[in-house]
Amino acid sequence: MLTAFTALLLCQLIGEGAVRALDLPIPGPVAGMALLFAALVAYGEVPEALDRVGRTLLAHLSLLFVPAGVGVITHLGRISGEPWALLLALGPATLIALVVTGWVMAKLAPADGER
Amino acid sequence: MDPVAQLWVYLETSPLAALTLTLVAYLAGDTIYRRSGRNPLLNPVLLAILLIAAVLLPTGGDYERYFEGAQFVHFLLGPATVALAIPLYKELANVRRALVPLAASLLVGSLTAAGTAVGLAWLAGASTETLASLAPKSVTTPVAMGVAESLGGLPSLTAAVVILTGIVGAALGPPVLDLARIRDPRARGLAMGTASHGIGTARALQMGQVAGAFAGIAIGLNALATAVLLPLLWRLVAG
Repeated sequence: MLTAFTALLLCQLIGEGAVRALDLPIPGPVAGMALLFAALVAYGEVPEALDRVGRTLLAHLSLLFVPAGVGVITHLGRISGEPWALLLALGPATLIALVVTGWVMAKLAPADGER
Repeated sequence: MDPVAQLWVYLETSPLAALTLTLVAYLAGDTIYRRSGRNPLLNPVLLAILLIAAVLLPTGGDYERYFEGAQFVHFLLGPATVALAIPLYKELANVRRALVPLAASLLVGSLTAAGTAVGLAWLAGASTETLASLAPKSVTTPVAMGVAESLGGLPSLTAAVVILTGIVGAALGPPVLDLARIRDPRARGLAMGTASHGIGTARALQMGQVAGAFAGIAIGLNALATAVLLPLLWRLVAG
């Protein structure tokens, strides 16, 4: 388990380094994700310990956004003097983007049975 | 010093109180959400945030001090993002088969997310600075802040809007996708990850491994697409 967690941190660390060294337009952890993905493809399977650690972290992924979210609420007053613009961009715009993405994918990618 | 004051000093300086508060609030939020029959408006992340704010605001506890403790939870976002490679690898065959539709939908979704946010806010009369802060709101926070800054927006406003976008997508995404009759888990996952980044992906993972894998790819690819394309398009439109 310790090895698996270390592997995750190591991927993130290399990812952070690569993003800075190569000036990549993605965050370090996302580069780390790509690195771990490449390593798994090369290795050919997911080691059991890594699978367990990954499952545990991802099962509680929502929890990890809470501290940053508290920051938004406690600074709400300072956010903006343009409430309507924000409400429209947050609600309708987000949901339109969601439906458009899902709809295009559902139309373009035939389900297995339909091919 | 009397024992109560001693305890207070200890709690003020140790991360214990903030960490415990975070976990208790999240467990409470999750319990309320389940008991409500999974009412999307009672999203556990939203409830946890409101509960913690309700404790912090009246007690005068400031956010910076709370975050000093809660940063240990926040820190785990990094390794958890790396771990998204695991469901992605397990669904490799599925992803490879849908690679072209995936790329096309992601591009359309990425442009729609930025376009609708800017368009609707513009109709509401938002300033150019606000528009620039809203444009990258569907992308994961560090990239969104960087892009907003390069467009002339306010990174701190962007950080807040990104989190709120994630909560809207996570809470209302699944029922809205149901209404739109989008049932393919690949499409649902990709939509959640594209429109509402990591918070949407956390919700997609609860739908299953396929939705989680497609949402995870969407975070990475939308970050890339937005960082590369949005500044170019912005210059074209704002000219």
